[in-house]
Amino acid sequence: MSRARSALTPWLLVSPGALLFLALVIVPLVLTVILSFHVYDHGTGIKNEFTFAHYLAVVTDDYYLGIFLRTLRVAALTTLLCALIGVPEAYILARMRDPWRSVFLLVIIGPLLVSVVVRAFGWSMLLGSTGLVNQALEAVGFGTVKLLYTETAIVIALVHVMLPFMVIPVWTSLQKLDPSVEAAAWTLGASRFTALRRVVMPQVSMGMLSGSLIVFGLSASAFAIPGLLGGRRLKMAATLVYDEFMHELNWPLGATIAIIVLVANLIIMLAYNRMVEARARRTLG
Amino acid sequence: MQKNGPIALAFHTLVVAFVLAPLLVICLVAFTPENTLSIPTTSFSLRWFREIFVHPDFVASFVNSLWLATLSATIAIALAVPAGLAIDRYDFPGRDGLNALFLSPLIIPHLVLGVAFLRLFALIGATGSFTWLVVSHVIIVTPYVLRLVLAALSGMDRSAEQAAMTLGASHWTVFRRVTAPMILPGITGGWLLAFINSFDELTMSIFVTSPATVTLPVRMYMYATESIDPMMAAVSALMIALTAGAMLVLDRAFGLDKILVGQK
Amino acid sequence: MGFLTLASLSKVYGDHAAVRDVDLSVAKGEFVSLLGPSGCGKTTTLQMIAGLVEPTGGKIALDGRDITREKPNTRGLGIVFQSYALFPHMTVAQNVAFGLEMRKVARAERDERVKTMLGLVHLAQLADRYPRQLSGGQRQRVAIARALVIVPPVLLLDEPLSNLDAKLREEMQFELRRIQQSVGTTTIMVTHDQAEALSISDRVVVMEQGRMTQIDAPYRLYERPATAFISSFVGKMNRLDGIWRGHGPAGTPQINGVSLPCEQASFPDGQTVALSLRPEKILLRSQGQGRLDGTIVNRFFLGSYWLFTVETPVGALSVSVPNHGEEPAGEGDAVALDWTPVSLRVEAVTATTGAAA
Repeated sequence: MSRARSALTPWLLVSPGALLFLALVIVPLVLTVILSFHVYDHGTGIKNEFTFAHYLAVVTDDYYLGIFLRTLRVAALTTLLCALIGVPEAYILARMRDPWRSVFLLVIIGPLLVSVVVRAFGWSMLLGSTGLVNQALEAVGFGTVKLLYTETAIVIALVHVMLPFMVIPVWTSLQKLDPSVEAAAWTLGASRFTALRRVVMPQVSMGMLSGSLIVFGLSASAFAIPGLLGGRRLKMAATLVYDEFMHELNWPLGATIAIIVLVANLIIMLAYNRMVEARARRTLG
Repeated sequence: MQKNGPIALAFHTLVVAFVLAPLLVICLVAFTPENTLSIPTTSFSLRWFREIFVHPDFVASFVNSLWLATLSATIAIALAVPAGLAIDRYDFPGRDGLNALFLSPLIIPHLVLGVAFLRLFALIGATGSFTWLVVSHVIIVTPYVLRLVLAALSGMDRSAEQAAMTLGASHWTVFRRVTAPMILPGITGGWLLAFINSFDELTMSIFVTSPATVTLPVRMYMYATESIDPMMAAVSALMIALTAGAMLVLDRAFGLDKILVGQK
Repeated sequence: MGFLTLASLSKVYGDHAAVRDVDLSVAKGEFVSLLGPSGCGKTTTLQMIAGLVEPTGGKIALDGRDITREKPNTRGLGIVFQSYALFPHMTVAQNVAFGLEMRKVARAERDERVKTMLGLVHLAQLADRYPRQLSGGQRQRVAIARALVIVPPVLLLDEPLSNLDAKLREEMQFELRRIQQSVGTTTIMVTHDQAEALSISDRVVVMEQGRMTQIDAPYRLYERPATAFISSFVGKMNRLDGIWRGHGPAGTPQINGVSLPCEQASFPDGQTVALSLRPEKILLRSQGQGRLDGTIVNRFFLGSYWLFTVETPVGALSVSVPNHGEEPAGEGDAVALDWTPVSLRVEAVTATTGAAA
């Protein structure tokens, strides 16, 4: 289409969406930031005064710090496991022939379309004290193991949910790799392992990084899985926020934690973009 | 690349088992005739499916979710297709910023969006409103539609539009007779993806729903925190079936891997 | 005044001039090619005629009417795009009918005209197929039919044959000309393939770096190229630098002291000159029987002719000899080269471009 048919046209096309998004993304986020500075009184509720008290409380109180630590720990562990499982799996998928390749790709990433509640529920059935894993262990002779309502359960379920987010970027970066490059390395004398390490891994590293950041960010802000598999005692950031809003009614404190989660995510995104730019500059000059 | 060796295939089998385990378990337990969670071995029963219909709150939530998903997906299309055309075809100040704004819900945790909407709705008196719930879902699903529409627009052969123009078609006719049919797979795929994402959504919805507007995932979550019984498995099995159906349609029309993985 | 006229047509992007001062007058029914390497501005010129690119200077007139600022949907020209640009979701018949639909032609007449046109391009049986079910050559014919059925005053072709394989390209070349002649439409074709341009055009316009450097009938363009670039771009050419020895018309060009009989020319003594001689104008004779002795260094067989590289005292020359059935001299053989003096062209060399002064 010709360029400037009417300089007005793009604006007309974009304004409904733009107005909606400005009003319903920017404005609510700003309101939430403001909310985090409101004073909260257990008797009277949110007061129209401002304070840093919530931010201070969150970084000094052991209760909150413990929850943040758990969130980071769980997210980091999940990311590590997703990398250990997802990267080899992506590589194996990339080496498959069709039709298997398409079928298994669908199997791995299809579950993304199933609600997280369903998947969390599935794991609670598997990991409960009368669940299938314990039934199997009993049948074999080991006693029952307490799995449900532990961090282990949370991590297992999170890895299950996050795995596709690791597999997809790694798989994409493997697709961009010319298969004959690995073969070229072999003909030049490299062992299979060396070729993997020196030729395939560097290509995959960006995909792995991207996947890791997505998995970490999503795990740290996960709600349903800590909720259903961690129980009332094992809180993570998201379930803590829910608590503050719905049970404690301390909205400002809840907003504070939510903002911290948001900022952490944004810092991760920024750091990733910087790394991508730096790499692009290095390889393209 | 070489073929996969036996170790690789064994590893792969374990991964697939891991990925499918919870879903398979749900589908099996849903058919149990027993009162407790167990895998049906001798007989299959539909009693837990029938049980769902005795729970009017579940049925109501299902209807809520269906309406919510249909409305938000459709509104998302109405917003994203023109926006996509503007972003792909024109160069105007603020284009990149707007593109980032439209895609931002993808990088903002749903937790944060839930809190933010809850605050906004409380301030404007929209708490518990189904309409505003739809609006919140539109925000969440529009990025998925926009991404697919942009991919379809940038992937199509522009010279077909030029040809139509030189043959005498007006701009609106070019869009109606040439552009829209050519990007239809992207639009349909976008609608379905938006529908599924809205239908499945939990974390944001749980902050924004009220007893009257509870969606199915929220209802299920509430139920599951109290008790775990086979009825949940039956509801879950139905949701899996719905998702699998949508997946099949998406795959036939567009190629599921292209939608979820992105164009190569 | 021609049927289609371009006057001082220009297109400038920033400080880069893609097209500079193009003047062209095309007669009704004429087939004109715009020929040149990539980046020479030929496609931009075509797009300006089509209305897809706005000129920064100059005018375009069609049958007396100034269409410079008209939109592409009102110019009514027929355009065949390089990628054919068929509508993938419409059948062949629907594709061809589209322009008629836009002109609100009644259904009965539309169907009739589409049928006739598909018959003209030999695609009648494929009317209900979709583009993805057709071969490259078939798709191209649909594109041509779609452009011609609206009876445009001018037909514009953008590299119509470049997406076809070599054999098909040759066939389609003549097919294209046949169709154009039977309908009689004024046609402008853009191409980088000089053989294509020469074989089917009434006139060829050579473009270099945005400017037109020569407009001529194909035969004259080939025999009398205006610049050094054109002489090697159009057909193969032997080019050597020499010095004119002697005064004016009595002199003769020399390379390494060897005099070479050439066409009628006159230059001052000592002038650097460029000598050009087409390979097919050189005859191979036995040693001593020609004007210049030499040795065959390379020999290639190209089916209908042989191509030799012959090393001579004045340099290496390409010689092409028609294949008469017997094997000619081979590599390492001593031979002599002969030519009619009028075939050896001489031009003065200017310091800057090396082109004809």
